[in-house]
Amino acid sequence: MAEVATEGRWKDVDRLLSRHGNLVSAEFDPRPNLREDIGEYVKVLVVGAGGLGCELLKDLALSGFKNIDVIDMDTIEVSNLNRQFLFRLQDVGKSKAEVAAKRVMERVSGVNIVPHFGRIEDKELDFYSNFDIIVLGLDSIEARSYINSVACGFLEYDADDNALLETVKPMVDGGTEGFKGHARVIMPGTTPCFECNIWLFPPQVKFPLCTLAETPRTPAHCIEYAHLIKWDEAHSGKAFDADNPDHMLWVYKEALKRAELFGISGVTYSLTQGVVKNIIPAIASTNAIVSAACALEALKIVSGCSKTLSNYMTYNGQEGTHIKVTDFFRETDCLVCGPGTLIEIEPSVTLAEFIEKLEKHPDVLMSKASVTHRGNNLYMQAPPVLEEMTRSNLNLALYDLLGKVAKDTVHVSGMTEKNGKRSSSLRKLRVSFKGVSAGPTDMDTR
Amino acid sequence: MAAEPKTKYDRQLRIWGEQGQSALENASICLLNCGPTGSEALKNLVLGGIGSITVVDGAKVEAYDLGNNFLLDEGCLGQSRAKNVCSFLQELNDAVKVKFVEESPVALIDTNPSFFSQFTLVIATQMLESSLLKLDLICRKSNVILVVARSYGLTGLVRISVKEHDVVESKPDHFLDDLRLHNPWPELKEFAASIDLNEKDPVVHKHTPYIVILVTLAEKWASSHKGCLPATRQEKKEFKDLIKGHMLNIDEENYQEAMDSAFKVSVTRGISPELHQIIEDSAVNVNSTSSDFWVLVAALKEFINKEGGGEPPLEGSIPDMTSLTEYYVNLQKIYQAKAEKDCNEIERYVREILKRIGRDTDSIPKSVIKTFCRNSRKLKVCRYRTIEEEITSPSISELQKYATDEDYCFSVGFYILLRAVDRFANNYNRLPGVFDSEIEEDVSRLKAIAVSILNDLGLNGSSLPEDLVHEMCRYAGAEIHAVAAFIGGVASQEVIKLVTKQFVPLTGTLIFNGIDHKSQVFVL
Ligand SMILES: [Zn+2]
Repeated sequence: MAEVATEGRWKDVDRLLSRHGNLVSAEFDPRPNLREDIGEYVKVLVVGAGGLGCELLKDLALSGFKNIDVIDMDTIEVSNLNRQFLFRLQDVGKSKAEVAAKRVMERVSGVNIVPHFGRIEDKELDFYSNFDIIVLGLDSIEARSYINSVACGFLEYDADDNALLETVKPMVDGGTEGFKGHARVIMPGTTPCFECNIWLFPPQVKFPLCTLAETPRTPAHCIEYAHLIKWDEAHSGKAFDADNPDHMLWVYKEALKRAELFGISGVTYSLTQGVVKNIIPAIASTNAIVSAACALEALKIVSGCSKTLSNYMTYNGQEGTHIKVTDFFRETDCLVCGPGTLIEIEPSVTLAEFIEKLEKHPDVLMSKASVTHRGNNLYMQAPPVLEEMTRSNLNLALYDLLGKVAKDTVHVSGMTEKNGKRSSSLRKLRVSFKGVSAGPTDMDTR
Repeated sequence: MAAEPKTKYDRQLRIWGEQGQSALENASICLLNCGPTGSEALKNLVLGGIGSITVVDGAKVEAYDLGNNFLLDEGCLGQSRAKNVCSFLQELNDAVKVKFVEESPVALIDTNPSFFSQFTLVIATQMLESSLLKLDLICRKSNVILVVARSYGLTGLVRISVKEHDVVESKPDHFLDDLRLHNPWPELKEFAASIDLNEKDPVVHKHTPYIVILVTLAEKWASSHKGCLPATRQEKKEFKDLIKGHMLNIDEENYQEAMDSAFKVSVTRGISPELHQIIEDSAVNVNSTSSDFWVLVAALKEFINKEGGGEPPLEGSIPDMTSLTEYYVNLQKIYQAKAEKDCNEIERYVREILKRIGRDTDSIPKSVIKTFCRNSRKLKVCRYRTIEEEITSPSISELQKYATDEDYCFSVGFYILLRAVDRFANNYNRLPGVFDSEIEEDVSRLKAIAVSILNDLGLNGSSLPEDLVHEMCRYAGAEIHAVAAFIGGVASQEVIKLVTKQFVPLTGTLIFNGIDHKSQVFVL
């Protein structure tokens, strides 16, 4: 919808963007048309169109952003409606990204939101490189980790291991659980990336199988027994589907039987769903608070109109109301946002041999790697069309493929194993060729 | 087509339960001014299924509303702001009763003060001090909770005003479980004694719950230490070694848990200082006008002083721990039985007290008494000073403490300046900084007012960061959407806690610092 010319519409946010201040960033250039320039030239990606995403789209649209993309693979469910205010009952089953984009464009004229209904892993790196800033409204550690690795993958370092500013892709990340939440600003290469402080998100504790099988004590033990052990016994080969109500009901009834057998009380259908789907409680107000903080930081980062959060804020409204800011440190040898893992190889090593090496390299341990170099695909495992197109590179020396330089950076994506769980990951490697003399700019590195 | 409320509200029912939800559904909320701060607060409450809302706003939709309020669009220009905000809110949830009054809140406070007594809670947004003072008195008189919210450039505030708010289900995140290992009752000791820690069967040995291990070994320890439990650091270490000595294998998780929980046998007997303060509160001398909460506290006090022997009623639940199912279920029953016995004693006192003060002895249901007993260690009493008291005599020590703190001096500065802009508005009939040409003059004027507020409070005027004064003039009262969504979000979260009477609400004045997010709550 084209913007209707309404004099004074942006009066409030323009006070911030058009007036000088003393508590602003050094780059801040206040002027009457700063908001329009942000609208025209800044591209922002919102990852997630759920509880945080809906709020973020609204907040960003009303902060002057006009070129917004949103990506989410989920469809709308009834249990979203207590907080995801862009959705109505009749939208259930439709793409979150598509409905959210449409609703915000209907209400805020002049803003353009491009929805992407699909998985974040299925987008090309080129897609992500288009954006000036990425705002994350996610509830999964894996998804955060993936976007973080993509954004940090664009980061380049100079010979002294200083981040090149023009390659920094800022991220703002939010998360909530019940009355608690966090907002953080990630400037790859300067402030800690998601992986630098991964310990802030401890992995979920799983019950030992022997407890489930032999000494259940809590209703959750009975539920997990039915879900993880009994289901497979009773349904040979049929995978359990948490979104299938019949499957859930079966697990509930089995859990109930087991609880009765052991004299354990407290198994309910609601608890069964909660345990099986690992449901995180979520409310509108906390999502609104965290998203607002994220959107405000996004506006400050692109405009410089104020100092920014440095670098992690927690909100806790459970016992009184507490807001705390922590300035975390970056891990300089972080595998994701650091200068990259150094791999030393002979100039004669072919691309196929290089990919094989990555499986065994102790700092990488990646199988079935696809390799890209400065945005060009050197070898892609999938889709088949790309695989065929790039297959001929496998027998060529990597040294030649990288343009015969002493060292350079490549990106590899493939499967890695962490805590016994296989997941797709993306890594940055600095390839150095043995015996090749470095150019004059590289003289002083290692 | 209607959604099943259980499914629609599933993610929040997991937080505040059916009872919390029905409290929300029975609440009626009044909003004063539906700019973005107020609109966003209501949006969050309507989504959650609040009972009814009434929006009071006399303004017509102007161009700037479209730049900061998502609930309004071009089609609303020139029409009633209250009406149009309400029609969007109704779209979000048809179960909510939505009403509006097209009148200026400032005028309504003067002309019809009794209007406010019909509500559970009033949210006053973007109002000047002078109106808030009047509104606060009106709300106090009729026992209506007042929540004040204000967005101002990159700052803002949220404050609650009510005489007293009592919380039974405070649901703290980390709270020591109530196992009474330091003071076991006969049935628990008996059960522990029935299990042999030197059991030869390795499966039984490594599935003996740590409660049993600790009760047995604490008794053993006491018998060789003149009846005392481990108290000093050295003794606690020796006690852990005693536990370790009973391990058959280093990988026995139950013994590891026993060592991790060994400190629980050394906890101080009796009640916490916080609970002590509550049972010694003068409100515990109940009469016919006392609330149910204080009747329950009076009964609790009797119990602690008599049957409890200084201890509160047992909570009755135990955490999960490595154990044979049978042992664990038996322990659960032993804890539940004791909790029920304690609760029955308290119920007896409740009925007695109700009779004494001339109330129907059944007027407090058993279920309420049960919930109270389960949570008796976690009771919270929140009392708020009136806005007038805060303005005329805020806690100087609280302000001083933060005024010199590098991280929080901005929040103190914003607090003073938010008060100063209201005085400025009274003097000049406009906010500072609204005219580009007068910003520098306004900075001096606002600074003079802020310094005089500080001086009146006996605080040093030079502690006010000069840059902040300029910031306030730069903002000129702008209601930035993201800031309004934050402040409105905080206000709505507080409303939920106040209405459900679960969790602990904001205990002071929250000053939002949108510059570096080092916001702070001041108890003034
Ligand atoms: Zn990192």
